Amino acid sequence: MFDDLRDLYQEVILDHGRKPRNFRRLEDATRTARGDNPLCGDRIELFVKLGEGERIDDVAFQGRGCAISTASASLMTETVRGKLPAEAEALAAQFRDLAMTGTCPHCDAALADEMERLSPLSGVHEFPSRVKCATLAWHTLHAALAGTKEASSE
Amino acid sequence: MDGMNPRYDVTRIREDFPILGQVVRGKKLVFLDSGASAQKPRQVIATMTRCMEEAYANVHRGAYRLSETATEAHEAARAAVARFINAADAREIVFTRNSTEAINLVALSHGRGVLKAGDAVLISEMEHHANIVPWQMLRDAHGVELRILCVTDAGEIDLEDYATKLRDGRVKLVAVTHMSNVLGTVTPAAQITRMAHEAGALVLFDGSQAAVHRAVDVQAIDADFYVFTGHKLYGPTGIGVLWARLPLLEAMPPVYGGGDMIASVTLERSTWAEVPAKHEAGTPAIIEAVGLHAAIDYVNAIGMPALEAHERALTEHAMARLSTIEGLTILGRAQDRGGVFAFALDNAHAHDLSTLLDRVGIAVRAGRHCAEPLHTRFGVEAGTCRASFGLYTTLEEIDFLADALVEARKFFTPKEAARVR
Ligand SMILES: Cc1ncc(COP(=O)(O)O)c(C=O)c1O
Repeated sequence: MFDDLRDLYQEVILDHGRKPRNFRRLEDATRTARGDNPLCGDRIELFVKLGEGERIDDVAFQGRGCAISTASASLMTETVRGKLPAEAEALAAQFRDLAMTGTCPHCDAALADEMERLSPLSGVHEFPSRVKCATLAWHTLHAALAGTKEASSE
Repeated sequence: MDGMNPRYDVTRIREDFPILGQVVRGKKLVFLDSGASAQKPRQVIATMTRCMEEAYANVHRGAYRLSETATEAHEAARAAVARFINAADAREIVFTRNSTEAINLVALSHGRGVLKAGDAVLISEMEHHANIVPWQMLRDAHGVELRILCVTDAGEIDLEDYATKLRDGRVKLVAVTHMSNVLGTVTPAAQITRMAHEAGALVLFDGSQAAVHRAVDVQAIDADFYVFTGHKLYGPTGIGVLWARLPLLEAMPPVYGGGDMIASVTLERSTWAEVPAKHEAGTPAIIEAVGLHAAIDYVNAIGMPALEAHERALTEHAMARLSTIEGLTILGRAQDRGGVFAFALDNAHAHDLSTLLDRVGIAVRAGRHCAEPLHTRFGVEAGTCRASFGLYTTLEEIDFLADALVEARKFFTPKEAARVR
């Protein structure tokens, strides 16, 4: 009945949605931010630990949300670990392109591997009301890195 | 033809609603979100168009034929609303923008003008935000106490708690829903007013859902205030109703000042017009009032008893079908309930589920349906999906929903787990 939705809900997404990685508090976080999607009640709390040379040493999250927003947050934590904030921000911008259009024509070759890992989420572009679910974690990361503490997907 | 009631020709009725013929990604539209806003029959659409094409001018202002015709149509709508809820007098009907504005009007006018600091307002745990926030604002601005009436696990008003909260006699206004937009619960209105009146409190009913699904008789239930909204009753947006007993409306100070609500104006001061004009400042929603009148005529032509019987059949069928679905939780098990079902699947978030349902043409609402405290009360903070029925809903649509829910649960079940089972 729903076979054509397997593009959106790929096995990777369902798996990360059910068993999110890095789903925990980071007691020694140096940056935190909360992200809210007031429309659907999704909420995440993101913890970032910047270490030596300001690299992202560790990143984790907690909260509740749909499969897409949980999977997106989970995949994000896996792809930004070890990155410099500027690299993470570049990745965030590219990911937003991917979520909104399904492609990323100007993607930076240096981040090709990371984008490949995030590509299962590209299916959301066909579901305008769900794009925000996929981008919530990235908005929250931006808030954490910029030190603004609050992000909204609105 | 509807299987349960041979005289209710739902196929015929559906033909009145142009939008129901729509196809969503190649699938027939199954519209199960009437509780948020109902679709409109041709009769309403045509009447509003005719009003604009043939009989439109501002009301209460011109001494020319067209303005008189428009004024008559506007007042005829008021009379039709009065008859629809069996008000004693058409002057007891105040037109507002929607239920929300009607409740705010009571909170701002009766609340600040009649209630005193130290008085209490009692609302229930199952209110729509429209019947929570205005009272919180009144509490914060005016120093009234806000009390919360508990709801049982079945989703009914806890009458023992009600008696307790009324006991000290400080509650001066009870503001409760007549039918929950999440649980479907129809509240025992006559009993609520009897207990309130004995304790010296007035009662406001939020009839946004009840007025659509049940015959409402404000005198029989002995209500003091009653509000509902046009767009859920197959009428247009932009028009709602506040009914209140005449002496209450007369004692209420106006909230908005301007044209139409005055008797005389000098640059120093003004005097107020009689009710209901006193509470209707500015040019009203003329075309929408005429549309609401057409909607009421439409519902009356089918007959509220026939409509109620149809919805009872739908509700029973839905309860029977949905209760058997593994992993599905339905909120609320009230004895007296209407065609609103909020549910959650154990392995899918409400938004993922609604995306799936939308794929096959089923429109349900996902989220917390403007009733966050109620979702917290029932431990479903993440939200639910809600299917709500209208007079055009069919048993087949409910079957289709039930089948889709079973498939959706399979869709979200991990592959390995499916193999083991
Ligand atoms: C029970 C209840 N009360 C109030 C409202 C608010 O109606 P409106 O938005 O038309 O003011 C609704 C509908 O959303 C409702 O279901």
